[in-house]
Amino acid sequence: MRNTPLSAWFGFTIIAIYAFLAIFGPWIAPYGESAIVGDVWLPMSSEHWLGTDNLGRDILTRLLYGAQNTIAVALAATLLSFALGMSLGFLAAVVGGFTDQAISRSVDVVMSIPTLIFALVVLSVLPSSTLVLILVIAVLDSTRVFRLSRAVAVDVAVMDFVEVARLRGEGLGWVIRREVLPNTLPPLIAEFGLRFCFAFLFLSALSFLGLGIQPPAADWGGMVRDNANAVSFGLTIPLIPAGAIALLTVAVNLVVDWQLNRASLLRGRA
Amino acid sequence: MNAVLRLLAQRIALGAGSLLAVSVLIFLGTEILPGDVAQAILGQAATPEAVAAIRETLDLNQPAYIRYFDWLGGILQGDLGTSLANRRPIGEMIGERLQNTLFLAAVSAAIAVPLAVFLGLIAARFRNSWLDKSISIATLSTISMPEFFVGYVLIFIFAVTLRWAPSLASVYDSMSLGEKLYAIALPCATLTLVVVAHMMRLTRAAIINVMSSPYIEMAELKGVTRSRITLYHAFPNALSPIINVVVLNLAYLVVGVVLVEVVFVYPGMGQLMVDAVAKRDVPVVQACGLIFAAAYILLNMTADILSILSNPKLRHPRS
Repeated sequence: MRNTPLSAWFGFTIIAIYAFLAIFGPWIAPYGESAIVGDVWLPMSSEHWLGTDNLGRDILTRLLYGAQNTIAVALAATLLSFALGMSLGFLAAVVGGFTDQAISRSVDVVMSIPTLIFALVVLSVLPSSTLVLILVIAVLDSTRVFRLSRAVAVDVAVMDFVEVARLRGEGLGWVIRREVLPNTLPPLIAEFGLRFCFAFLFLSALSFLGLGIQPPAADWGGMVRDNANAVSFGLTIPLIPAGAIALLTVAVNLVVDWQLNRASLLRGRA
Repeated sequence: MNAVLRLLAQRIALGAGSLLAVSVLIFLGTEILPGDVAQAILGQAATPEAVAAIRETLDLNQPAYIRYFDWLGGILQGDLGTSLANRRPIGEMIGERLQNTLFLAAVSAAIAVPLAVFLGLIAARFRNSWLDKSISIATLSTISMPEFFVGYVLIFIFAVTLRWAPSLASVYDSMSLGEKLYAIALPCATLTLVVVAHMMRLTRAAIINVMSSPYIEMAELKGVTRSRITLYHAFPNALSPIINVVVLNLAYLVVGVVLVEVVFVYPGMGQLMVDAVAKRDVPVVQACGLIFAAAYILLNMTADILSILSNPKLRHPRS
C-alpha cells in the first residue's frame, strides 16, 4: 500500500465520500426530495448552500437524493450485466463448439449497433421505469463483459485442472464456479470499475436526454437537463450535477488505471 | 494481390451481413414490448378508435415478419416511411438534418484527427517526461467526463463569460460557410475534446509498442536522433493500429453527436431522433437508428479495410 500513487488515493477518497453520501444522503439532506422551498435559481446562501433549481427546489438536497438514485441504478445495472455477461461468457468458453459460435455471433450483432442508439430505439416503445432502465443498460453492457470473460475463460478452460475436474465427472456448473471463476476474477474486477463508469455515464446521458430516471425523482443527468437554461444567464447551476458526475467517473478511472498498471507491472516482473 | 482482394471482399460481405442483421435487430427492438405497441405509443388514456387508427398506420394487423420486409423493401427503394407525429415523409425530414450532422462530424474529425496524432507522437517522443504525464492526466480526465459536462463548461466559459462564440448552434441554408463554422465552434470543440483524448492515448500506446522492437534499438545504436526514429521508423509501422483507432473513434462520434446536438440545440439527426423517442414516433426512431447504425458499421468496416491495406502482414494471412 505504501507504493500507491497519489492519484489512486485521491480516487479512493472520492469514491468513499460518494458511497457515504449515496447511502446516508436522504438523512443528511436539509429538505424533502422534491419540496419547493424558495424562489427559482436563488444564489448560494446559508439557507441553500448550493442555491435553488428551476422550480425552487434546494439543489444540495436534490444532489444528495440524486446520488442515491443515480448510483443505485448504475450499480444494479452493472451487477446484472456482470451476472449475465459472465455466465454466458464462461458457458461459451467451457462448452465451446456450436454454443460458443451462436452466443458469440449474436453478441457481435448487438455490438455493431452503438449502445446509445439501440437504447433510444428500445425506449421509444418501452416506458422509462427504473426496472426497464436497469435491464436495458445491463443487457447492452453485458456484451462487453461477455467478450472479456469469454476471452479470459478460454485460456483457463484448456488447463489441466479443468480437464481433471471434467474427467472426475463434475457438472458444468461446478466446473464454471469452482475451477474457472476463481482463476478469471482479477481482470474482471478491474473491468467492473470501467463498466460501472460506463453504466453511470450512460444512465446520466439518458436522463439528460429526458429518457432516464423520471421526475420528480432527483437524478444528476436530469438536473443538468432541468437547469440547462441557467447557463445562458451566467449561472453555474447545471455545472454542479454535471461536475458531480464527472468527478466520480474520473475517480473510478484513476483507481482502475492504477490497478491495471499494477497488474501489468506484476506480470512484467514474474 | 488476389489474396488482398479476397480478404476485402470477405470483409465487405461481412459488413453487408451485419447491416442486415442490425436492421432486423432495430426492427425487433420496437417489438419487444409484451403488450400492444399502439397502446404504448398513445398511453393508457387513449380511446379505442385512436388505438385502431395507429394500428392501421403501422400495419400492426400484419404479422411482424411481413411488416419487416415491407419496411426493409421500402428503405432499399429510398422510402423511409412516414412520421406518426406530423404525417410527413421521413426522408424529407431527415435529408437536411443528416447534412448538418455530417457537417458537424466532418469538421470535428478534420480538427481532431491531426491533433490527436500530433499529441500522441509528442507524448511518445517525450515519454515519461512532465509533458507526457500532464497530457496523460488531462486526457484521462476528459475521457471520463460526460459530453454534456464538457459542453456546458465550454458554453459557460466561451459563450457566457467571454462572449467569443454563440451558445446555441443554429445553422440555416442561407448562411455562408464562415458563418456556419462560427456557429458550430463550440459543439465542434466539445466533440473534438472528447474524441482527441482517446485517440491520442491509443496513438501513444501504439508508437511506444513499436518503439520496443529490436530494429528501433538498432536505429538508436546507429545514432539516429529520437525525433527521427519516432517519425520515420516507428510511425509507419504504428500506422495500422493508429488508423484503426482513428476510424473507431470517428464511429464514436456517431454517438457523441447525439448528446452534443442536444446540448447546443443543433438541428441535426441526433436531436431529431431524441425528439422522436420522446414523442414515441416509432417510424422516425427506426429510420434514424438504422442510419446511425449503418454509419457506425460502415466506419468499422473502413477501419478494417484500411488496416488490411496498410499492413503488409495482413495481406498474407496464411503464409
